[in-house]
Parts: sequence; structure tokens; C-alpha cells
Amino acid sequence: MENREKVVVIRDLYKAFGELEVLKGVDLDLYREENLVVLGRSGTGKSVLIKIMVGLLQQDSGSMEVLGKEISKLGVRELNEMRLKIGFSFQNSALYDSMTVRENMEFPLVRNIKNLTKKEISMRIEELLDAVGLPQTINQMPSELSGGQKKRIGVARTLVLNPEIMLYDEPTAGLDPITCVEINNLINEVRERYKTTSIVITHDLSCAKQTGDRMAVLLEGQFGALGTFEEVFPHAEDQRIKSFYDYNFINS
Amino acid sequence: MAEQTGTRKHVFSKKIDAFFKGLADAWNFVKRFFQEVFVPPYEFKEVIHQCYRIGVESLPLISLTGFIVGIVFTNQSRPSLSEFGATSWLPSLIAIAIVRAMGPLVTALIAAGKVGSGIGAEIGSMKVTEQIDAMEVSATNPYKFLVVTRVLATTLMIPVLVMYTDFVALMGAFINVNANELVSISTFFAQVFSSVTFLDIFSSIIKSLFFGFTIGMVGCYKGYTSSKGTEGVGRAANSAVVISMFLIFIEELLSLQIINLFRMK
Repeated sequence: MENREKVVVIRDLYKAFGELEVLKGVDLDLYREENLVVLGRSGTGKSVLIKIMVGLLQQDSGSMEVLGKEISKLGVRELNEMRLKIGFSFQNSALYDSMTVRENMEFPLVRNIKNLTKKEISMRIEELLDAVGLPQTINQMPSELSGGQKKRIGVARTLVLNPEIMLYDEPTAGLDPITCVEINNLINEVRERYKTTSIVITHDLSCAKQTGDRMAVLLEGQFGALGTFEEVFPHAEDQRIKSFYDYNFINS
Repeated sequence: MAEQTGTRKHVFSKKIDAFFKGLADAWNFVKRFFQEVFVPPYEFKEVIHQCYRIGVESLPLISLTGFIVGIVFTNQSRPSLSEFGATSWLPSLIAIAIVRAMGPLVTALIAAGKVGSGIGAEIGSMKVTEQIDAMEVSATNPYKFLVVTRVLATTLMIPVLVMYTDFVALMGAFINVNANELVSISTFFAQVFSSVTFLDIFSSIIKSLFFGFTIGMVGCYKGYTSSKGTEGVGRAANSAVVISMFLIFIEELLSLQIINLFRMK
């Protein structure tokens, strides 16, 4: 693993909101074409971590290098260039609800890639809608879609710019178990097909097991465990990780 | 003197600090508009779309209100003028009142209620559902797409709506005058145009531009800075209306003073 190219390098990352310290010295390496799952209870700073990665939030201290560049030191133009390489799938999909699915997908495309013909734009959109299995929704409004469909369209919209890194914020939150499996499969398909490196934020262990090469468990602002699912969970000694596992697989 | 809460020291009290911080944020928000409005890329299509929404979709409400204002104002003015046997002055009086003050003010207040609250709620809901973040992470400028377009649209469309309101209100007034004083439309409008000056129309348009800018900017600012979920969206819409109306009255007062200076020359 250590010989592979590091796509994201996080060192001693701190972030607080007022008096609430969320991240307290996080260290992490993410390797090319790896699917890393970040787990943790609500409010442990999982989403904060990936929001710092795309410049939506800024760390208080520490470093976050993405594709060899320190995110906090990028100017507006460089940050936007970096954002083109990072796809962010939001927890609630964040589809623009005044636009159709086609317009949602056109929005980042026409604003970032110049000189595309209408035909090329249409082909790209149709190809991605095919890839997420929803070609029939192209002219629908987000309000006409189910939760799972919204997630898929959200993923398709982020893929429209050919990102190298995909960030999934709670991809299965609020979905039924069958749709969860479909979304998990989609995450794996995206990696296979578009050769993306991914971080999946979740507290759903089924999702983690199905999508992740490695698990990173955030406990009180730091990664309490890092490794494959088998290394981290079934025989965890840390009571907090053990209870997390028990609640997911036994109690539910 | 300074109160210390957590790691942050407050220069005055927490509320006064928050007030000044809010003012500074608002100032920066307005400043950003002027920094971004002239810089490409331009969102022409969205500006036209917003002009349509703000202008055309407000027409029914503006028409009804303007018409009623014309009728009611004429009815209310008649007794005072008839005491002096001066009901023939009605068209002049009404024209001056409508063009100078009532047209712009009524239009702006209605637009603040309809358009301002709509903008506040729409952008606020986009904020709390992370749609603005989604624009940002896809390397597009949400301020340019959402704020610049809407503020331009309100600034351009409110003067147009004001002229339309003036016309509809005058038509309402004419119907009333015609029914009571048997004045023909040509006589009525001849009196209207002889009493209204270029300065009246010009100043009305200029202040309408400011009203439009205020409505758009306040709506966008309240929406863009909303938080706390759906409750925050409601508050954003509500305060967009209240603050817009308050600022419109202040602008009306200031514009009156400035225009009077020109009239005295």
C-alpha cells in the first residue's frame, strides 16, 4: 500500500467551532483508486473533514494536501481548479430544485468546460445517466425523484466533470436497505469505471463493508482505528468501536 | 469592561458586537456585488429569466393594486378639493402624487413583499439544503449566479413596474374622474402631462432603481446568510420583507430631500 501514490495527505489537522473541538490532530493518507470509509458517530467531524478538502471549511491548524497541493494555501482560481478534480456527493443530494435533471448536470459542465457543443453536452449527460441507471429521468424535476434516485443523480452530476477523487457524504442516509445496496454498488461501479479515489463518510457499517478497502474510525476528533474491515471491527478491543459494531450488526 | 465568552472577547456586549458584525457582513456582501457584476462570466440567460419572474409574474398583483390606489386616492382627494370648488384640479393632483411618490412607493412595497420574500426564501432554502455549497464545490460562483442575477433583475425591473403602476393608477383615477366629473380621457391626460415635469419622471425612475437594488440585495443577503434549517428560511423571508420596507421608506425620505433641492433651483 505504501508504494502507491498518495492522493490525499492529512497531517495534524485541527478544527473547532467556537469552543467545540471537532478534529483534534487528524492524520490520514489516501492512496490512488482506494475507497476509504470514514466512520464515526454523528457530530464527530466526518463531514467537516471532507468539507475542508474542498475548501468549504478551513482548518484551524495542520495540513491537508490534495493531489500534492495544500488546500488552505490555494487562491480562488487554484481552489476552483482543484474542485474540478474532486466530486462531492452531498448527504441530501443537493440537486438544484428549480432545474431539471438535465439542467442540473449541464450546470457545472457548461460553466467549467468551454467550447462544448450541445451534442457533446447531451452525450455526456446521457452517458452518465445510463451509468447510474436513470436515463429516463433526464427531463424530470428533483421533486419528482425518490431519495435513491436523487442520490444517483447527485453522483452523476459530480461525475460530469471527470473528478479524480469522489467524496460521498452519508450516501445511504435515509434510504431503505435495498436502495442502500444499490447505492453501495454504484460507489463501487464508479470506482471501477472512472478509476476514482473515494472517501465515503458513513455510520452505516453495511455500506462501509461493501464499499471500503480501508476503514477509518473517528473517535473524539482523531482516528481511533485504521485498517481493513476485518482488522478494525469484528474483534475490536476499543469499547467504543466494539459498541459501534454491535449496534450496527446485532441490535439493528 | 470587555466580557469574555470562551476564547472570544467582546468589545461591547455580545448583541452590540453581533450588530456591528452583521453590518460589516452586509457591507461586504454589497461590495462583492460591485466587484463581480462587471467581471465575466456573465449569466445573461439567468438575468433574463429572473427579469421575467420578477417583472411579468408581478404584473397581476401590481395591476390590481395600482388600479385600486388610483380609484381610492381620487375618491379621497375629491371632498377636500370640492370644498374649494377645485375638483378640476383632480387630474393634476393625482398625477403629481402618483408619479412622484405613490407609484414608486406602492410598487416597491408590493415587490418587497412578493419578490423580496421570494428571493429570501428561495436562496435561504438553497443554503440550508446545501445547494449553494454544491455550486461552490463544482467550481462555479454561486454569488454570481444567484445574487448578481437577482439584484440586476430587481434593479432593472422595478422602474419598469413603477411606470406600469403609474399608468394603471392613472387609468383607475381616470375612471373615477370620468364617472363623477364627466371628464374625457384626452382632457384628463392633457392635464396629467401638463402637470408632471421631466424631473418628476426622472427622479421617480432613479429612486425606483435604488428601491429595486435594495429589494434584491436584502432578499439575497438574508437568504444567503440564513441558517438553522427551515426556521431560518422563514426568518430570512420575513426579515427580507421587513428590512426592505424599512430601507425603502428611508430612501424615499432621502430622495425627497435631494429632489427638493433640485426643484428649488
